[in-house]
Amino acid sequence: MIVRHISFEDRMDTVVFDLSPTPHITVDGDACQGCTTKVCVSVCPAGLFVPMNDGGVLFNYEQCFECGACYLVCDGLGAITWHYPTGGFGVAFRRG
Amino acid sequence: MTIGFDIVVVGAGPAGSLAALTAARAGVTVALIERGPYPGSKNVYGGVLYARILDSVIPDWPERAPIQRWVTRRSTMVLTEHGSVAMDVRGDAWSQEPHNGVTAFRSEFDSWLADEAVDAGATLIPSTTAIGLLYDGGTVVGVRTDRPEGDIGARVVIACDGVNSLLAREAGLYDGFDASNFTLGVKEVIGFDKAEIDKRFGVRGREGVDIETLGGTSGVSGGGFVYTNLESVAVGVVLSLAGLRAAALRPEEILRRFKTHPSIAPLVEGGELLEYSAHLIPEGGLDAMPELVTDGMMVTGDAAGMCLAAGVFLEGVNFAMATGIAAGETAAEAISAGDVSRTGLGGYRRRLDGSFVLPDHRRFQRIPRLLLSERVQERYSRFVVDTATELFTVRNTAPKVGLWRIMGAARRRYGVRWRDVIRDGFTLIRGFK
Ligand SMILES: Cc1cc2nc3c(=O)[nH]c(=O)nc-3n(C[C@H](O)[C@H](O)[C@H](O)COP(=O)(O)OP(=O)(O)OC[C@H]3O[C@@H](n4cnc5c(N)ncnc54)[C@H](O)[C@@H]3O)c2cc1C
Ligand code: SF4
Ligand code: SF4
Repeated sequence: MIVRHISFEDRMDTVVFDLSPTPHITVDGDACQGCTTKVCVSVCPAGLFVPMNDGGVLFNYEQCFECGACYLVCDGLGAITWHYPTGGFGVAFRRG
Repeated sequence: MTIGFDIVVVGAGPAGSLAALTAARAGVTVALIERGPYPGSKNVYGGVLYARILDSVIPDWPERAPIQRWVTRRSTMVLTEHGSVAMDVRGDAWSQEPHNGVTAFRSEFDSWLADEAVDAGATLIPSTTAIGLLYDGGTVVGVRTDRPEGDIGARVVIACDGVNSLLAREAGLYDGFDASNFTLGVKEVIGFDKAEIDKRFGVRGREGVDIETLGGTSGVSGGGFVYTNLESVAVGVVLSLAGLRAAALRPEEILRRFKTHPSIAPLVEGGELLEYSAHLIPEGGLDAMPELVTDGMMVTGDAAGMCLAAGVFLEGVNFAMATGIAAGETAAEAISAGDVSRTGLGGYRRRLDGSFVLPDHRRFQRIPRLLLSERVQERYSRFVVDTATELFTVRNTAPKVGLWRIMGAARRRYGVRWRDVIRDGFTLIRGFK
């Protein structure tokens, strides 16, 4: 894998995740509808927030670094409910 | 309540493992809860840690810790779009005892440190997330975990749960918790042959290099780093959350651009991406710290905002370890004295006052904000790089221009005002004097 032209998918494939059956972060679609900035989309280092044509965002918890940046920058009051995954699940950095 | 310990430590990072180790050695029973499958699995840092604090608790750490390289060269750079000015320090003595910085992987280092706590008598409980505090009146008496019947009672809870610190916030110890006090670090570990790393960085054997930059982050306040492991290079950027949200640039794009900077590219290009990662850093320093103690509970390390991130310094692991030791000692002492109220746990703050932890934070109280300010990041850095570049540019038809005139021109170009320079200079001097 040559680093220079690495795609985002290949980049995320270098990270090991043990997928939890239940999401640890939920995003309230209604709050996002009225949000004009959608800062989560550019800030999330795992690219998990995807803007939709209908004005909402699609969120997928599966490759989350559990970093916390999204809830700190979020512009919608209470739009993001943020927890850690169930013990043992989620990201497992091999190096860190 | 199903089980009980004298002390429950939440989080097996450097703070938690040392709190557990210290308390266990003092003879109390200790549970060390970690949400990851192994200690270090959730943890990311740049790559250089200072472990002298271990001399007192694990004296033979230099032989036993999983260390990649001993840092013998440290370079601090100011980056602008096309240039840089660096201060390069070669500390050849750092390759021998007592050493200085070392590079290590957190997955390995944190696992090793947790094993040391287990050897001291602590019980490590991995794959277990603490989801809340247990109270008796106003006193914390344990934690609720996500295991079935997973309540764990304790006389003292030590929250070592890292930067997001859900426990310290649940206990009401923070009176503000917002984006302005945090930076986001994104990092790549890139694999190379050892010989290639040695050649690129001018080192041999186990010698390693630590490069920190101010700027180079596409106009978002922050900086970058490059560190050498034995057979990989860690490269990353640290970005102010406020700046990142305003810039609407993706963090990995800022990192990609950092890696193409002419001063950085020759060090990191090519190779194989081994891991991409991201993590928050508490950079608020003294002003952003929570209450450190409440009845039945103490907060340490990143959970208490103890990371010292003063631009040219990025030291969190040593501060975490020192606060962990202080909390472990205090908890054991309070339990044997039979007073775990906030007064009974008051020795924690006194220990931090008597060590390097709070004095260093006081000394550098104003530095983080200054170094992330627009003046430093945009104006002074260009001023310095232009001045230095002009000083060393030989234009042999015209005679050399005096330094004062060079500085004057660069100062006007970037709107640098002497009164700001003087004021900021004083702030810096107060920090570093
Ligand atoms: C990009 C980056 C670069 C950095 N560079 C450096 C550097 O070069 N040198 C340096 O010294 N420092 C550096 N730091 C800072 C350093 O990583 C931290 O200061 C340090 O890790 C703090 O240690 P800690 O034990 O307090 O917290 P952490 O290391 O974060 O450990 C917290 C632990 O608690 C666990 N946990 C959290 N919540 C729960 C819960 N509810 N239940 C159970 N377990 C839980 C976590 O899984 C984790 O293991 C850097 C940080 C970043 C992000
Ligand atoms: S915690 Fe971090 S990685 Fe996970 S969704 Fe939020 S910003 Fe993205
Ligand atoms: S910033 Fe918050 S409210 Fe706005 S789109 Fe993202 S998650 Fe929704």
